[in-house]
Amino acid sequence: MTFLELTGVRKLFGDFVAVEDFNLATERGEFVSFLGPSGCGKTTTLRMIAGFEHPSDGSIVVDGKEITRQPPNRRNVGMVFQSYALFPNMTVADNIGFGLKVRRTPRARAREKVAELLELIHLPDKGDRYPWQLSGGQQQRVALARALAIEPQVLLLDEPLSALDAKIRVALRKEIRTIQRQLGITTVYVTHDQEEALSLSDRVVVMNEGRIEQIGAPADIYNFPATSFVASFVGTLNLIAGRVVDAAAGRLSIDGQEVRTSKPIEDARDGATVTVAIRPESVELGDGGGANRLRGPVEDVSFLGSIVRTRIGLDGGATLSLDTFNDPHLVPPNVGDVVTASFPPEATLVIGAGPAPEIDIVDVGV
Amino acid sequence: MAAVVSSGANPYVDTSAARRPAVDAAVRRPRRSFGNPIAWLIFILGALYFIVPLVGTFFHSIRTRPDIFLAYRQVLDDPKFFGGLAYSFTVGVITIVVSLLIIVPTAYWVRLRVPRLRPVVEFVTLMPFVIPPVVLVFGLIRVYSSRPLVLTATDLGSDLVLVGAYVILSFPYMYRAVDTGLAAIDVRSLTEAAQSLGSGWTRILWRVIFPNLRTSLLSGAFLTLAIVIGEYTIANFLARTDAFGPYLSLLGRNQPYTPASVSLISFGLTWLAMIAIAFLGRGARGRVQVAGAR
Repeated sequence: MTFLELTGVRKLFGDFVAVEDFNLATERGEFVSFLGPSGCGKTTTLRMIAGFEHPSDGSIVVDGKEITRQPPNRRNVGMVFQSYALFPNMTVADNIGFGLKVRRTPRARAREKVAELLELIHLPDKGDRYPWQLSGGQQQRVALARALAIEPQVLLLDEPLSALDAKIRVALRKEIRTIQRQLGITTVYVTHDQEEALSLSDRVVVMNEGRIEQIGAPADIYNFPATSFVASFVGTLNLIAGRVVDAAAGRLSIDGQEVRTSKPIEDARDGATVTVAIRPESVELGDGGGANRLRGPVEDVSFLGSIVRTRIGLDGGATLSLDTFNDPHLVPPNVGDVVTASFPPEATLVIGAGPAPEIDIVDVGV
Repeated sequence: MAAVVSSGANPYVDTSAARRPAVDAAVRRPRRSFGNPIAWLIFILGALYFIVPLVGTFFHSIRTRPDIFLAYRQVLDDPKFFGGLAYSFTVGVITIVVSLLIIVPTAYWVRLRVPRLRPVVEFVTLMPFVIPPVVLVFGLIRVYSSRPLVLTATDLGSDLVLVGAYVILSFPYMYRAVDTGLAAIDVRSLTEAAQSLGSGWTRILWRVIFPNLRTSLLSGAFLTLAIVIGEYTIANFLARTDAFGPYLSLLGRNQPYTPASVSLISFGLTWLAMIAIAFLGRGARGRVQVAGAR
């Protein structure tokens, strides 16, 4: 049953369209992430759910009750901010208990609840500290506890980890997910970090220029991007120009070499130029990777720690990158060696008519 | 020769210890530097410019013979001194309260909702620097001595006009202090955090904004108090002869040494107020950190 529902939500700032035709229905207890670049409208949408912005059009419903025009303090929605937004004049315990005081929770019960939450965030002995006496990670955990104290119907997190360093970020995101599962609270998480969105969420909403590009499970978003934007924004990708040889049979030509897709090519006629997307990790050196084969000279070999990335030059200036796990017993090819790279038809995605963008590989994060 | 062998042959003997005190002392005692002599000269001249008038005033105030502290005793024995001080202090406190009630919500709202209006509000609050007090008080008298709102006909009404005038005079100091305080905290996030926890505007202002502006509010408040206590023009034109400013002026006309002693006493009181700011603001909130790891 749908718990949080946004229907036809639109937000205008003057003439600028920040969010357009946003439709989303989430289940109770679901963890949904809004993923997209800066200015794509993800935070604006979150703020509309929180009540800090009012939609120009459309409706927001929580548990069957419309809250579109309700002020933020009348919605039972908890929010965690990127800047923590802890009250500097209050101790950790007072911060967590603030919402309970507003709700006139009896003192004994409030104290009990604060103690429970301090245990939950693993800071049982920090109740009498002030926010500035805590590290960034601890402050964000307090902010989470404060938002959870009021037992909100929906928990909203606005890039909560982006001010933290990498190690703490990974640890804290696991903690957030554990707590969310434990409490079964419906959660909307805003991030521009694809790794965060993919690792945390039940579903990911990829946004661009105020519109939803794709909604789906992390694996679907990654493996079957619906648009060229999703394909390029999520993960690392080769974008290569190809010419359709036989659309019905899924046959293409890249660099004069034939490549097949696993299904017929739609929206493109025979002879048309299209953009072909291939994940570097789907490509293997040699013939063993699948039925599709491309041959060319090695242009570059980059050692990335656990991965070795090899770039193969194709005619017309395009390159094909492929990732292999770093194996100390294997010798990588030398620059200039002519090698064969292979990949299966399932890994060959035609994501749009027209030539490929000038970049041949898009690497966001990871 | 033997001594050289015994100490140098054993590599495990730490011979540096013997030398260390001298070395450490050299490290600990860097060559004393008194800084730039020109800077010192400017500092000394500035200090003299500040201190010499005070010392001169003090010497002038103790020229009474044979009792050199007669002027001070006269002041402290004069009930009008404490009466004037109490009146001006009361007016000052009321001014501070009214000013805070106007300025804090205004500055807060401007920062939160209409930041475009900040230059306009800043300009308006600076008006008391442009309009001389004598012009202000004549304007107020003209408006409030005729219908529909006749206030200057009664003592209470005149007191109200006086407070109103002082509130206007306090605007530049109070607004600047509050605005600086608001700039130091993440007003928007704190407000939204409180809202999401169920708070209404009154609670947000009272429990979140005001406490985090404590030091700024104290600065604004004491500056206002200092202005009100010494103010002469407006109090005099409104015939508030009970006020401290007109009392000082009257004293200067009739007695040669007492005004000097009163000046020094009021100077001391101002310093006490400054120390009070430092003391009350000491435990305000330590540091503010709204983002980023420590």
